[in-house]
Order: sequence, then C-alpha cells, then structure tokens
Amino acid sequence: MKEETNASASDASDPVHIRLQQIHKSYGSAHILKGCSFDIQRGKTNVIIGPSGSGKSVLMRQIIRLEKPDSGKIVVDGVDFAGLKGMELERVRRKMGMVFQSSALFDSMSVYENVAFPLREHTKMSRKEIEERVMDRLETLGIGGSRHKSPAELSGGMQRRVAVARSIVLETDIVIYDEPTTGLDPITVQTVDDLILETEATFGVTSIVISHDMASVFRIADQITFLYFGEVFASAHPADLLQALDGPTMEFVQASGVSQELLERRTK
Amino acid sequence: MTAAAPAVEKEAEAPKAPEGPGFFERFAAALLAPAAELGVLWQMLTQTAFWAVRPPYRGRVLMASMEFIGVGSIFIVGLTGLFMGAVLGLQLADGFRQFSAETQTGAVVGLAMSREIGPVFTALMVSSRAGSAITTELGSMRVSDQINALVTMAVNPIQYLVVPRVIAGVLMVPVLCLLFNIVGVFGAYFVCTQLLGIDPGIFLGRMRWLVDWPDVFQGLVKATIFGATVTLIACRQGFYASGGAAGVGQATNRCVVHNAIAILALDYVITAVLLGQGL
Repeated sequence: MKEETNASASDASDPVHIRLQQIHKSYGSAHILKGCSFDIQRGKTNVIIGPSGSGKSVLMRQIIRLEKPDSGKIVVDGVDFAGLKGMELERVRRKMGMVFQSSALFDSMSVYENVAFPLREHTKMSRKEIEERVMDRLETLGIGGSRHKSPAELSGGMQRRVAVARSIVLETDIVIYDEPTTGLDPITVQTVDDLILETEATFGVTSIVISHDMASVFRIADQITFLYFGEVFASAHPADLLQALDGPTMEFVQASGVSQELLERRTK
Repeated sequence: MTAAAPAVEKEAEAPKAPEGPGFFERFAAALLAPAAELGVLWQMLTQTAFWAVRPPYRGRVLMASMEFIGVGSIFIVGLTGLFMGAVLGLQLADGFRQFSAETQTGAVVGLAMSREIGPVFTALMVSSRAGSAITTELGSMRVSDQINALVTMAVNPIQYLVVPRVIAGVLMVPVLCLLFNIVGVFGAYFVCTQLLGIDPGIFLGRMRWLVDWPDVFQGLVKATIFGATVTLIACRQGFYASGGAAGVGQATNRCVVHNAIAILALDYVITAVLLGQGL
C-alpha cells in the first residue's frame, strides 16, 4: 500500500499519464489493432483521429477496459491496466470517466440522480455532501437549473454536459470522449469543444477525445494521434503534424474540407 | 491519394461474393442453438448467484424491482385468475354433470389451481407483462451504451441490473401465484354456486377434502422456480441485445417465446420430480 502511494506521488509529476505499448486486438479473423503504441499526455487534450474503420472506437474500448486487448500494455500511473482483474481493475477504472457518443445517461433517472449515481455507488458521503458536490459540478458546467429534468428533456449539447458532469463527479483524472461532436450543429460543436477545454482547465483532467471532426480537433488538441487501419501513423502536437503532412494524414486533412491554413490558425 | 490506391485495387481483385453457410452448417447450427442458449443462461445464472451474495446490497433497487414485478402485476394476475377459475369451474361442472359428479368440481378446481394452473398462468402473465418490459429496458440500455456506462463507472451490470430483478422474481411470483389461486377459486366458486346451482358447502367441503398443504406447496415451489426462470431469461435477452431498435424488438419477442417454452417444459420436469413418477 505504501509502495502504491509512493508510486502515485511520483506518477503525478510524470508528463505521460497513459502509455500504450503494442496493443493488439482481433475479432475472429479481423485484426483491428495492429500493435498501437503511443503516450497520453497528463493534463492535456489528446485527440485520436482516423478514418472510419481505423479502430478508434476499438482502441477507446481497450483504454477504458470495456474489452481486454489480446496483447500489449496499457500503463496508467505506472500500473498495467490491461492485466488487471476484479477489484484492482475497478479501482483503476474509477480514475477514468467516459462520455459516450450517445451520452448514455440513465433514462430512468433525473439529471441530478445521474450525476449523483457514481457518488452513491462508490463513496460513503452523506446526502448533503453528495448534493453539494453534484450541484457544484452542475453549476460549473452551467446546467444547475436542469437538475430535476429527465435526460430526454435535454438537447444534445446539454446531455453531453450532464455526461461530463457524471464522468468527473468522482474527481476523475482522465475523461474519455467518444466522438463528442458527432451529429451536433456547428454552434453546439463549439459549445462542446469549449466544454472539453473548460473541464480540462477547471478540474485538471487528462482528456482523450476520439473524433474525426478536423475543425474541432485542431481547436482543442494538444496532441493528435492519427490511427490508420489499426496502426499509429503519427502522434504529435497539431502544429508539428500540420508541418509534416504526408500520405494518409494529408489525404485525411484534405478530405475534411478544412484548409490547412485555417487549421494552422485554429491550432492552440 | 497514394494510400487510397491499394484499397481500390483490393476491391477490384475480390469481386466474388462470400459464400453463405451450406445446408449442413445451417442444420448443425440449428441443432446447437438451444445448447448454446442454455450455456449462456447457465453462465448468467452462476454470475447472478455470485454477485447476489457480494456487497454492496442495493435494497432500494430490489424494492423497485419487487414493486414493478409484484405490485405491478397484481391487476393482470388477479384478472386472469378470476376468468381462469370461472371457466375452469364452468367446464368441469359441465363435464362432471354428464356422470352426476358435479359435486367434485370444487375439489378438482382446487387441486388444478394449486398444483398447475396457478403457477403456470402466473408465470406466463409475469413473463408477458414484466419479462417483456425487462427485456426492452435492458435492451435499450445495451444499445444506447448505458450498460457500458455502468462498466466504466466500475459498477458491475449483472449485480446492478440482473440480481435485483431475479431476486424480485423469486420472491414475488409465488405471492402472485397465491393471489391467482385465491381469486381463481373464488371465480370457480361464484360460477358453480351462483350460476350452476352447486351447493356452496359441498363445493368448499370437497375442496378441503382433496386439497392439502403439500399441493399448495408444490405450486409455490414451481412458482419460485418459474420466477427465477422468467426474470433470468428476460434479463439474458435484454442484456445481450444488439442491432438497435429492431434488435431490441426481436429480443423481446424471443423473451416471451423462450419463457413460454421454458415454463411448460420445466413444469413437466418439476411435476415429475415432485410426484416421483413420469421421468
């Protein structure tokens, strides 16, 4: 236990939050992830892009351990997450929050109950403490007035806010966003982008964003990892990536319809 | 541009459509499907038993499930029990009258209700009302990533979603079965004594003479097993649903069909075991 504490203390200063090493994943004869290796930077917005079918969502499912990789390591704060089971797996998983593309809010619960759910499950906080924490998160994200509403009564952007509030209510270190801007109008896309940046700035979390919305990606990313049919083709700062566009990355940027000049202007 | 070229060439090289499974493959798959389904159910049953005894114990979730499965089914179970008893009384009285034995109607109604009709019809009603709703709810949660969301929040979905529903089924279906029996006997009593002219004292006397506590107990044992079966099958179909709204619809359909088959098949097996004959 003492060793763990020391490890965590030293890991907090490590700029690498998650290190993926040679991740392989197959479904039957389909080899989807072919040895993915890259680092997730602590306290930064790490975006994973790539064409449809390149394995982004599969990679996301391995990172949060919805599925176990066939081989490889996912080292979170010095612990190989890929090899964990049972309570150890759950303990590390509590460091992560996930915002699904569909928001995945519980229909049977109100906004307040959705956000309070992880606290009720994993802490011994009193009802008053839970209310204070939940309302703090809801107010910070600008949805305090919607606490009694059901998810179905909210717009897509508001649902994402509730999902973010739920993912960080346990004082999570890492938030994973699965295609957070898909299906939203341009103004809501910008709102969601701002939300990701605000969440990172306010709560100091590491963000992992799966996306193929190039305009949005270059606005929020500190690091872009380009996944190309199961392999990591490039992983760099957006400005560096734009300077060295070639092959699939060039094709991907051109096909997005957003000019390279605009992307350069949008880069953080 | 250069990267897209190999993909186009690949498509051009592979014009052949993949061949579907042949007759024997499909025949073998059809034969193995029930065994595979039983395997999945067994796996879910063992996981449910494992997680049922592990903390945390969620009393509120269990109460909500008991309310939904038990309290929510009172009306439909009571109503079907009333009509089932009434028509059973009518048919038996008419049949027995042909050889002047209509005084035995109460005895046979009581026996049939407590041993067979009560548990079987109660389970079928719970399957139709609560089972299908459970499948739809869990199926919707599956296809909208809500079950995955539970996993990412380090909450075991079997423990949170399946365990309370199966326990609620085990506890509530026997209670509903008792209700079905009482209302059913009342329906038969009313038809036989008020409409067909059978003496009320004889109707109840013959019932008390033939029906004993072991008969009621036999029905409750069946109801308990059916309660577990109905909820387990409903959870299994919803929990592993896939294919969007259409997939959830198909899962709900399978839930009702599989439950009906399971209830009737198990009914024979349990009866044979309890009677010690027929196996």
